[in-house]
Amino acid sequence: MNNLIDDGRPIFVQIAERIEDDIIEGGLPEEAQVPSTNQFAAFYKINPATAAKGVNLLVDEGILYKKRGIGMFVAEGARTKVIEKRKEQFFEEYVITMIREAEKLGITADQLTDMIQRGDNKR
Amino acid sequence: MKNVIEVKQLNKSYGKFNAIHDTSFTMQADKIYGLLGRNGAGKTTLMKMITAQIFPTSGDLKVFGGNPYENANVLSQICFIKESQKYPDHYNILDVLDVSKSIFPNWDVDFSRLLIEDFNLPLKRRIKKLSRGMLSAVGIVIGLASRAPLTIFDEPYLGLDAVSRGLFYDHLMEDYVKHPRTVILSTHLIDEVSNLLEHILVIDNGKLIIDQDAEELRGKAFTVTGQTSKVEAFLIGKETVHREPFGGLLSATVIRNQNGSDQKQAEANGLEISPVSLQQLIVHLTSGKSEQKGAMAK
Repeated sequence: MNNLIDDGRPIFVQIAERIEDDIIEGGLPEEAQVPSTNQFAAFYKINPATAAKGVNLLVDEGILYKKRGIGMFVAEGARTKVIEKRKEQFFEEYVITMIREAEKLGITADQLTDMIQRGDNKR
Repeated sequence: MKNVIEVKQLNKSYGKFNAIHDTSFTMQADKIYGLLGRNGAGKTTLMKMITAQIFPTSGDLKVFGGNPYENANVLSQICFIKESQKYPDHYNILDVLDVSKSIFPNWDVDFSRLLIEDFNLPLKRRIKKLSRGMLSAVGIVIGLASRAPLTIFDEPYLGLDAVSRGLFYDHLMEDYVKHPRTVILSTHLIDEVSNLLEHILVIDNGKLIIDQDAEELRGKAFTVTGQTSKVEAFLIGKETVHREPFGGLLSATVIRNQNGSDQKQAEANGLEISPVSLQQLIVHLTSGKSEQKGAMAK
């Protein structure tokens, strides 16, 4: 239905990731108000309870905070926090996977470094 | 949280055939439930008992805290849209809406008109002259505009095109957010509705095999693919719900363990990981081919 949500992974995790993306890219600066769970529900066509779960995940991590009766806001220092977390994920998801695939193909560490350099020049 | 439906050890048999077997569950107020299962699994039987259209053979059934049978207090709060809803042939759509307005206390006239317009329904046309899809759309309009505290849609979209189904989901979510109520969606089109559901019940052969939060169920399984010997080694001690050999390769769907360490293990062993959608998972669990049926019910 909605291409923004993919199957096979919990939706609340994906909602949390989308908010994080917005924080990283500057769409949601610190102290900005985050859309309400009902707005998330209507936009992504998901259950509001699921949207709330995604938002609460970020509240627990101190990335968002709640102003009673007003809504959710981006916490101070949220961007740094998210980026640190993403760097960790990047290492797990990309670097480790890349090294594993390189091993399979018999690519040495030096060749791999060369390839990264080449990729960087091509941009 | 308030329970809208409480079912305890419910049974329904037709002669020797057990349509519903020893089923117990509760449904809470203001949640959207998915009631899923194959044809003939017992979904409609269950919904007919909840809406007091047939009697259980044994067991306990409470709807809004009371016995639903001939109980106006309970029944006035329920709207049940069936797969092939019947209306008097000589009625036109306007007549159906007028009757609905008098039946459902929460009926919203403006909302019903908006829906009629969106679904492109001809108000003055007689029911007899409507296409299959239009007839289904009429049912959906009634189900939504009734705003009944318990609204049940049993395969509401026979003959309905993808655009209209999308309209149904959009309106359901928009209106549900504004007017929360308990909704039961019974359908085969699991992928289409899975994002809307908060909780999922799966019935297989008259038995409840899954009663779980939709988000917990999603991502509960994953598929590994690789050389048969490697995959077989990985599968030892794991709950396998499906396996599919392909040449020298084996593809197997397993239930993820608590901390997700098994996925890392598979990755480290050079196996390919792919996600399993809710629909795939339920198909595997109810296909009859699976080796460990009921693994999820534990």
